[in-house]
Amino acid sequence: MTLIHHDLIFQNKSFQNNESALSFLADQLANHNFVKDSFKDAVLAREKIYPTGLPTGDIEIAIPHADSEHVNTSTLGVMTLASPVEFHNMGDPTTTLKVSIIIMLAIAEPHGQVTMLQKLMSIVQDQHHLNKMLTYTSKADLYADLTDTFKDVVLN
Amino acid sequence: MKKILVACGSGIATSTVARTSLEDDLKDRGINLKELSFTQTSIPQIPSIASEYDLIITTAKYTEDVGVPVINGLPFLTNIGEDAVIDKVIKALDLE
Repeated sequence: MTLIHHDLIFQNKSFQNNESALSFLADQLANHNFVKDSFKDAVLAREKIYPTGLPTGDIEIAIPHADSEHVNTSTLGVMTLASPVEFHNMGDPTTTLKVSIIIMLAIAEPHGQVTMLQKLMSIVQDQHHLNKMLTYTSKADLYADLTDTFKDVVLN
Repeated sequence: MKKILVACGSGIATSTVARTSLEDDLKDRGINLKELSFTQTSIPQIPSIASEYDLIITTAKYTEDVGVPVINGLPFLTNIGEDAVIDKVIKALDLE
């Protein structure tokens, strides 16, 4: 079972706010049965209490997720935005960030997917890589990049 | 044995990242990990178990006073200011 799925990658999407962006991406994960129908509400509720925007530099990113009970199969939903939407900062919810890339985490077992999370953080901490993800002109290139980045991640 | 509690919003994702980075960084500083124990939890669980730990690290903001030092571990996710956080952890646990 691979982690990255072509159907869960979206480029240059436009949204008015983070709720609509999160709803869209969560719906895609649910439509493909990676998560339960309850996942979307759980993600939205969680984002309000424990926001997931990360102050990573010029290109800021959000890593929304929810409890494992809402997940069927671990995966990532990846979306680049045509223009940034505001997310609150995980480390200080009183501040907001302008997020250009959303990576939605579906993790089926608590404390699991250590390798996937480490690979994810290697992207998050690499502005050059984030910039590449934003500038790919075709979805095939973005898909190839993500597939290569996460190629060592084994799902049970 | 010093006991460290690592917490994030739901206890499933970012606490795993913070814990893994923390272990790696402490090892790099020459700290013997066998003298430490690491436990992951969610932030809502902190008040009921805090007293069993020597240090709490949270990836989200946490300002409640639970009688145990709390350090913000967001830099383990962003890599920005990570060294300074490790300094704080070492000092809080008196590891030097």
